[in-house]
Amino acid sequence: ETLKQQEDEELRLRRDFALLLPFSTDLVHTEEERRVRANDREYNEKFQYSNCIMTSKYNIVTFLPVNLFEQFQEVANTYFLFLLILQLIPQISSLSWFTTIVPLALVLSITAVKDATDDYFRHKSDNQVNNRQSQVLIRGLLQNEKWMNVRVGDIIKLENKQFVAADLLLLSSSEPHGLCYIETAELDGSEETPQFTYRLKVPHHLQKEQDTRHLTAALVCEPPNNKLDRFCGTLYWRDKKYTLTNQNMLLRGCVLRNTETCYGLVIFAGPDTKLMQNSGSTKFKRTSIDRLMNTLVLWIFGFLVCMGVILAVGNAVWEREVGSLFQSYLPWDPSVDNFLFSAFLSFWSYVIILNTVVPISLYVSVEVIRLGHSYFINWDQEMFCSQCNTAAEARTTTLNEELGQVEYIFSDKTGTLTQNIMTFNKCSINGQTYVLRSPFYLQRLDFTPFNPLGGYLVYKAQSPDEGALVTAARNFGFVFRSRTPGTITTTEMGRPVTYTLLAILDFNNIRKRMSVIVRDPEGRICLYCKGADTVLLERLHPCEQELMNIYLDCFNTDGLRTLALAYRDLSEDEWEAWSESYCCADKATSCREDRLAAAYEHIEQDMMLLGATAIEDKLQEGVPETIAVLSLANIKIWVLTGDKQETAVNIGYSCKMLTDDMPEVFIISGNTVHSVRQELRLVCLSAHALEADMETEFVSTACACKAVICCRVTPLQKAQVVELIKKHKKAVTLAIGDGANDVSMIKSAHIGVGISGQEGIQAVLASDYSFSQFRFLQRLLLVHGRWSYLRMCRFLCYFFYKNFAFTMVHFWFGFFCGFSAQTVYDQYFITLYNIVYTSLPVLAMGIFDQDVPDQRSLEYPKLYEPGQLNLLFNKREFFICIAQGIYTSVVLFFVPCAVLSDATQSTGEPLADYQTFAVTTATALVIVVSVQIALDTGFWTVINHVFVWGSLGSYFSIMLALHSQTLFLIFPNQFHFVGRSPLLVVLTDRHID
Amino acid sequence: MGKVKGRSGPLAQRPDNSAFKQQRLPAWSPMLTANTVLPFFYLVALLCMFLGVWLLLTVQGTQELKLDYTEAGTCKGCFDMRKNASKAAEPCECRLDFEIKKAFKVIFLNEQQILTFGSTQVASSTQKKRGDVFFYYGLQNFHQNLRRYMDSRDDGQMVGRKNKLMNPSTYCIPFNTDQAGRPIAPCGAVANSIFNDSFTLHYRGQVVPLLRTGIAWYTDKNIKYRNPSNGNMTLAQVFNGTAPPPYWHKPVYQLDPLSPNNNGFINDDLIVWMREAAFPNFKKLYGVLRRAATPFTKGLPAGNYSLNVSYNFPVQYFRGRKEVVLTTLTWFGGQNHFLPVAYLVTSCLILLAAVVLTVVWFKFGKTGRKMQD
Repeated sequence: ETLKQQEDEELRLRRDFALLLPFSTDLVHTEEERRVRANDREYNEKFQYSNCIMTSKYNIVTFLPVNLFEQFQEVANTYFLFLLILQLIPQISSLSWFTTIVPLALVLSITAVKDATDDYFRHKSDNQVNNRQSQVLIRGLLQNEKWMNVRVGDIIKLENKQFVAADLLLLSSSEPHGLCYIETAELDGSEETPQFTYRLKVPHHLQKEQDTRHLTAALVCEPPNNKLDRFCGTLYWRDKKYTLTNQNMLLRGCVLRNTETCYGLVIFAGPDTKLMQNSGSTKFKRTSIDRLMNTLVLWIFGFLVCMGVILAVGNAVWEREVGSLFQSYLPWDPSVDNFLFSAFLSFWSYVIILNTVVPISLYVSVEVIRLGHSYFINWDQEMFCSQCNTAAEARTTTLNEELGQVEYIFSDKTGTLTQNIMTFNKCSINGQTYVLRSPFYLQRLDFTPFNPLGGYLVYKAQSPDEGALVTAARNFGFVFRSRTPGTITTTEMGRPVTYTLLAILDFNNIRKRMSVIVRDPEGRICLYCKGADTVLLERLHPCEQELMNIYLDCFNTDGLRTLALAYRDLSEDEWEAWSESYCCADKATSCREDRLAAAYEHIEQDMMLLGATAIEDKLQEGVPETIAVLSLANIKIWVLTGDKQETAVNIGYSCKMLTDDMPEVFIISGNTVHSVRQELRLVCLSAHALEADMETEFVSTACACKAVICCRVTPLQKAQVVELIKKHKKAVTLAIGDGANDVSMIKSAHIGVGISGQEGIQAVLASDYSFSQFRFLQRLLLVHGRWSYLRMCRFLCYFFYKNFAFTMVHFWFGFFCGFSAQTVYDQYFITLYNIVYTSLPVLAMGIFDQDVPDQRSLEYPKLYEPGQLNLLFNKREFFICIAQGIYTSVVLFFVPCAVLSDATQSTGEPLADYQTFAVTTATALVIVVSVQIALDTGFWTVINHVFVWGSLGSYFSIMLALHSQTLFLIFPNQFHFVGRSPLLVVLTDRHID
Repeated sequence: MGKVKGRSGPLAQRPDNSAFKQQRLPAWSPMLTANTVLPFFYLVALLCMFLGVWLLLTVQGTQELKLDYTEAGTCKGCFDMRKNASKAAEPCECRLDFEIKKAFKVIFLNEQQILTFGSTQVASSTQKKRGDVFFYYGLQNFHQNLRRYMDSRDDGQMVGRKNKLMNPSTYCIPFNTDQAGRPIAPCGAVANSIFNDSFTLHYRGQVVPLLRTGIAWYTDKNIKYRNPSNGNMTLAQVFNGTAPPPYWHKPVYQLDPLSPNNNGFINDDLIVWMREAAFPNFKKLYGVLRRAATPFTKGLPAGNYSLNVSYNFPVQYFRGRKEVVLTTLTWFGGQNHFLPVAYLVTSCLILLAAVVLTVVWFKFGKTGRKMQD
């Protein structure tokens, strides 16, 4: 019955996992199973893809239409296209077409250039990859073929250090026992990280090269999918069936190592390979500022429509009262027959004129600023770890300002707070505890204190724990020497011993243990099991269980990782019986994993305790200080760990998360949450508390605590905790972790940070930011995040301000020009205002501004709080900016209006003409918004100076050029604002004199 | 990212230690303290105050007289006559008497001032005699700033392009060709609606001499408007084949019968009209007092005047008003009280703010400093 329960549990977990990561189960192809015949190209014609891959999106012909099509799927771009179309209707067009098309073209071309560059590099790498040479067996002869011409069903020959061309079934290998070794460099995405060597097995009987030459085998397997760790298929050869697993597969993207040659049958090619199937797009994260910005843009749309309606109503009234009488001087357009239709046209005309309240360059500018901030993160020397030669990396460029708003940090423990460099520290054998004092000396243990081989044998293991154990064993004189598929050779106190390996009962996160069944040289069969103590405890022989508890109690207080070891002697009969059921489960095509798990469960019973080991994982440098600083910044740090309660609490103390002056340390386990509702200082939560109906209680309880440590949580539960806080607290969450078990948490948090460390780079690949030390987190949040948030807020405030100040002037002018949609400024000014006159100073502020130096924000973590409280840019701030913009527009319109209506030159010509008014207002506007950016800028670097003064300078020089006689005489109808500067007049007159 | 090829060793990935990349560019962070801000406030307040007082005194030195003649005096008859569209072309003369109580005295300017502040007029022999009493006509509720009105012109035609003369821009529709299909010159609604009243001012039975040229902007007169030329052809020959705008009584080459050089597109009245006003109530320069002879050498003497109007321009359609404005000018222009008052108000507001800030600073400044410590 327990078995059934466990099965259910696992099914539920999988379902939840699938929901959480929808892309992982997303099978695009409808192919139900794949049937391949080796060396039979005609039969294999049916497969859609050759081995040619195309990661590029465009070619020269399709670039323009496809890229434009993609860009116009952005709402903002479509809106401006719509405006452009409106402007082409002569009755509506209140502005020349170029006032919209120039900024739009600029925005589109910036994006297009970026896309084109990206795609060019993709083309280049595609070409390089597709043209790699590989040796293919065609009609029994080896021929050189380009990768892209390799087809499913081909047999190809690989040599050492060659890249694997497609997903291959390993057929034969030059190495003994049909092994071959690979590195998973490209598959993991980076060439810089430590690579792991995997061993692969050739199916039995297929190991002779001659056989492969004319192999006529058929293969049935699963359809293409993106599961890197799973493969399931059957090979039919000479009337026999062979079960194929992941261990028989060579995946594209790997590199062959330490293997002279091998042959493989292509099963998945090109886009079907697991590598390509995995390169799908991930969920796109948006920041809260993004969402706010979108809401505000929608509001501005609404505002725009309102203004359009007000002005259209005004137009209707005016046309009826005045315009109809004015018709002798200005007849209505032939298509306009009454004032209502005129008002309708006027509405659209005003939508065109006032469209600049919705700033076209907003989104592009925001992207540029974020990119700048990301580069600053990548360039930061203080986030560079010289030990591992890794700089921090902003893998996502769209989340920077949210780093300044984080309220909750969810941290993994192992490898994140700790170094994940395991050192064997203690062990307990037969009730005796031995403590390791010096690296090679174990107290009261009568082993050879030093092993001469110790210095030479360096083990590489997938798990640091295993590495530590094997290294420790080596140091005590039990040297692990070699490993073949069927044997394990060790040197035990100088005496070589070879064990025959009968079965490996593999590790996974649900089992939390692994076992081997071996036959020792004397012929006895024995099962050895290593695993988490609680798991093992349940499977010990009842008389042993007492002993176990004694062992563990003395370890747990030290915050060490403990593993329990147990064994069970098997009789020949037992082994035979189990072996049969195991083979049966192993060969099953459906539910293979479940059946295997059941088989494992069956044999791992009634074990005898051997002892326990304790491995120490040292804290990373600066962790307690970082946690202290982050807590001062009012950031709540939750540690989510799979470790035991005692270990977790100890780590909590050593990180200074828990201090001795915290009077009450509440530990909640099981379902006792109900009873604990008083003020809590600390809760150490056990994973069982995460049942659905207790969500709210869990959140309210946990949030009342100073520090929260959740222990015994599975990867899925980590993600659930994050989701819970996201749902109930509406706070910005950050998850930080280093291992594959943190991926789901990293993906579900607002911001995921990956620590590039010992456990591969899966967490880094899933993360938004990555660096190698936990302590860099304080700089990422308190310096980069805080600055990014501040800059983005200042940028947005100013951006909305300047566009409202600019645009609303037209609204006021409407009341004076019969609501005829006449603009105040000339069309060139309208075109250039957002893209030339005012774009760069605000960009410089958005990229370089600093309110306090970086040391100061680390010294005073309280400075971080405005971001958490969302004080710098919210709806209220937005309305203040808008109000300021509207006020500016009122002053900008009515003061020149009042001054100029009565003003004359000293020579008598009135100054109330349109040209003077337009130029005066425009000049005043440029000066006012420049002064405003000068006031907003808190950090004047050379760049800020150049941009601010340069913008003003560019305005005046462009104005001089546009008002010049030369331009007017070439295009009199386009540049009708002719003028000359009094300064120039004085100079030229003197010159003439 | 940011990798530099060719570097190797344990620190190959180390980012550059440049001030730019480490965000340590030398920079100036303005620190706003009471010691810097308060003096600035007082300074700006004083500056505005000074400007306001100065401008106010300057403006006080000018004189201005406005006469609404829409329905005044005998013009009432003409006003009624213009209501009738069938009599639109009939001439109508009317007269308006008024008194100048205080003489319009001229404030003399040296040429340098004109050049510096006025910008356009280059001194010439005639202008040395011109006086600083200016005669304007004003219109109210006439919208020269309607979008379609403003577009309805062809600057290419007005700058003397011959192809445009015969083939005016489509923006001029419906005032681009007459019913016979002849191109209209100058085309468009702006030119068509030209203000065509004319005035003579009488003082004691004597005509007050007005300079009717040199009243346009320099760039307009010298760059923007040019007559089309064709060898030695006269203006009438050049414009042969074109039609005047429908509301015009005479063709463009006969606008000024007195001065042959003031005809065609370079006629000053036309140029003045073509420079569209920004607001529906505006005034445009009509003429400048010519101070060549007595009694006008020192401006307009006090006394009774009469204004003879050739009343052509109908305003009743759009409920407009017409007026005549007489004014003297200073370097700052005519009577314009808004700017000095605006300066004074601004000055007062800044001063008020400065005083409040000073009080706050004195009262709470010390505690503020303590808080900083």
